[in-house]
Amino acid sequence: MSSPAADAGSPADRGSTGSGHDDGERTAVAAPGHRSRAELGIAALLGVAGVVVLWDASRITVPYSVSDVVGPKTMPVIVGSLLLVSAVLLAVNVLRGGSGQAEEGEDVDLSHPTDWKTVLPLVGFFVLNIVLIDPLGWVLSGTIMFWGSVWSLGSRHYLRDGLVSLGLALGTFYGFYLGLGIHLPAGILAGIL
Amino acid sequence: MDILNNLMQGFATAATPANLLFACIGVLLGTAVGVLPGIGPAMALALLLPITTNLEPTGALIMFAGIYYGGMYGGSTTSILLNTPGESSTVITAIEGHKMAKAGRAAQALATAAIGSFVAGTIGTALLAAFAPAVVQFAVSLGPSSYLAIMILGLLTVTAVLGSSKIRGFASLGLGLAIGLIGLDPVSGQQRLVFGVPLLTDGLDIVVVAVAIFAVGEALWIAAHLRRKKMETIPVGQPWMGKEDWKRSWKPWLRGTALGFPFGAMPAGGAEIPTFLSYVTEKKLSKHPEEFGHGAIEGVAGPEAANNASAAGTLTPALALGLPTNATAAIMLAALTQFNIQPGPLLFQKEPELVWGLIASLFIGNTLLLVINLPMAPLWAKLLQIPRPYLYAGILFFASLGAYAVNLQAFDLVVLLVLGALGFAMRRFGLPVLPLIIGLILGPRIEGQLRKALQLSGGDLSGLFNEPVGVTVYAIIALIALAPLVITAWKRNRTPKADALL
Repeated sequence: MSSPAADAGSPADRGSTGSGHDDGERTAVAAPGHRSRAELGIAALLGVAGVVVLWDASRITVPYSVSDVVGPKTMPVIVGSLLLVSAVLLAVNVLRGGSGQAEEGEDVDLSHPTDWKTVLPLVGFFVLNIVLIDPLGWVLSGTIMFWGSVWSLGSRHYLRDGLVSLGLALGTFYGFYLGLGIHLPAGILAGIL
Repeated sequence: MDILNNLMQGFATAATPANLLFACIGVLLGTAVGVLPGIGPAMALALLLPITTNLEPTGALIMFAGIYYGGMYGGSTTSILLNTPGESSTVITAIEGHKMAKAGRAAQALATAAIGSFVAGTIGTALLAAFAPAVVQFAVSLGPSSYLAIMILGLLTVTAVLGSSKIRGFASLGLGLAIGLIGLDPVSGQQRLVFGVPLLTDGLDIVVVAVAIFAVGEALWIAAHLRRKKMETIPVGQPWMGKEDWKRSWKPWLRGTALGFPFGAMPAGGAEIPTFLSYVTEKKLSKHPEEFGHGAIEGVAGPEAANNASAAGTLTPALALGLPTNATAAIMLAALTQFNIQPGPLLFQKEPELVWGLIASLFIGNTLLLVINLPMAPLWAKLLQIPRPYLYAGILFFASLGAYAVNLQAFDLVVLLVLGALGFAMRRFGLPVLPLIIGLILGPRIEGQLRKALQLSGGDLSGLFNEPVGVTVYAIIALIALAPLVITAWKRNRTPKADALL
C-alpha cells in the first residue's frame, strides 16, 4: 500500500486484467524459485482433489429414476472436472511466471518469510487440545491450549498468561453450561466442577 | 403502504427488550471486531454461529446484522488511525483518511466517516425495505430454471469479477463445491465423498467449515507473518466537524450512497468498486482537487458512504433471493439454514416477522452505532493496543470451542485443523476464500434447482431454458464471459497500429 495511485488503480483493473496478474510490488517480496514450486503444490492438491471427486463419482450407482433424471452423479462430475481444469490452468499459469498475491492485513507483515517457529508450536497446541479435550475435559485442555498459543505467539508473562488461560477456560465452561445449556466435557474434574 | 405496515410490525418486533439487547450486543461487538486488527465481521459471525444455534432466530439475526453494520464503522476507525485497512472495502477510506489524521484532522475524518456511514446506512436500509419486496414478488413467479440461472450468475460473478485472478477464484470455487458434496445425496440417499467414514455421512457442518476458513486459517496466517514492529497509532480526541466540513461532506455522502447501494445489490456485489468510483467522482467534482492525496475530507465522506450503502445493498439479494454476494451475507444465510429456515424468495412470506424485524433493527442499529461511535471513538481506538498474543490465541481458542460445541466431538476439531490449514494455504497463495464459502452454500441449492428443473421437463434439456428470465440471465453470463476476450482481442488489433504511429 504505497501510494494512493497504486491503491486506487487496482479495483478498476480487476475486470480486465488476465488471470494471475501480479502487480510488481508484491512479486519483489518473495523468493521466486521456492515460492513457485510451493505454488505448484497447490495445483497438485487441486488435481488430486479433482481426481478423488471424479473417482468417487464413478463408483456411485445411479438407480434409474423418472423423477430424478439428473441423478447423484452429475454434480460430482462437474465439480471434479472444474477442479481438474483449474489445477491444470493454475500449473500453466505458475510455470509461465504467475503467482498469487498473499493476503495482507493490519497485523500482517509480508516482508519476512513464513515464521514456522510460531506456526508449528501453535498447530502443536491445537493438536494437543484435540487429543486432551475428551480425557482431560475442556477446562484443563482449553487452559493448556490458550496458554500454549499465547506462548507460541511470543508472550513470556507465564503467570499472568496462566491465570488468564484458566479464567477463560473456566468462564467458557460455565458460560456454556449455564447460558447455553451446552455441557462441555468436564473430564477428570468431573466431580469438582 | 404494505411496506410501511410491515415495517411498523418490524419495529414492534425489533423493539422488544430482548431484541433491543441483541441489537446492542451486535453493534458493540461489531464495532469492536471492526476496530480489532485481524478480525472482521465475517470471522466474528463464524465464531458466533455455534453459540447462536440455541438462540431464537430473530434475535440471532438481529445481532448478526448489528455486527455486520458495526464492522463497517469500526473498520473505518482503524483505516483512518492506522493506515492499514483490514478489509478491501476500507482501502479507499485509508487513502485520504489517514492523511487527514496525520495532518491533525483525525477528529474530522472520524466524524465524517461515522456520520456519512449513518446517512448512507439509513438511506440504504430504506431502499432495501422498498426494493426487496418488489424483488421477492418478481422472484416468486420464477421457476427452478430461472432460479438456477440466477444462482449460477451469482456464483460466477463472485468468482470471476471480484479478486485479481480468475483461475485462483475458480480453484477456490471448486474446493467449496467439493466440500458441499460431502455426505448423503438428499435425493437418492447415495453416499458422496464419504470414504467409509461414518462421521462424514452427515456432511461437514457448515459452522465448522466457516470457522476453519475464516478464523483458524486467518489466525495461523497472521501468526506466520506477525508484524514485529509496533504500529503507530495516531492519538485521537472526540470526533467533531466544523461548518465547512459539513458543507463539504453532505454531497459526497449522498453521491456515495447512490453509487454504493446499486453496486451492493448486484450479483457481483462488493464494496471495492463503488468505493473506488466514489473516490474518483469526488476527486473530479471537488472544489479543492489539490487537497486530494493530502487529506481531502470528500475522499473520506464519499467512499465511507458508498461502503455502508453497499452493505445495505448486499442484503437485498441475500434476503430477497437467498443469494449471498459477500462473506458476511453468506454466513448470515448459513445461520438461517442452522435454524432450518430456507433462504430464498419465500423467506418474506414464511418468516415476515424475522425479515421485517431484521430490517427495522438495521435502522435501530445504525442509530446506535452513530451514538456509540461519535463520543466513544477514543475508547474504541484503545482496542488497537490489545496484546497480539492474546488476540490471536483467543481466536484459536474460541474457534476450537465453537467447533467442538456444535456436536461435542473431537473429530470436528480435526476437520477444523485440516480446513484451517487449507485456509492458511489459500491466503498464502492468493486463492480468495469468498468463492469457496459461496460455493459451499450455493452448491447444494444449485444442484437441487437443476434436478427440479429437469424433473419438470422430464429430462429434456430445454427445461433449463424455458423461461425468458433464465435465458436473459444466461445471455448476461455469456456477455460477462466474452467481454474480456473481446477487449483483449481489440487491444491486440490496436497495438500494432499505435506502435506504427509512434
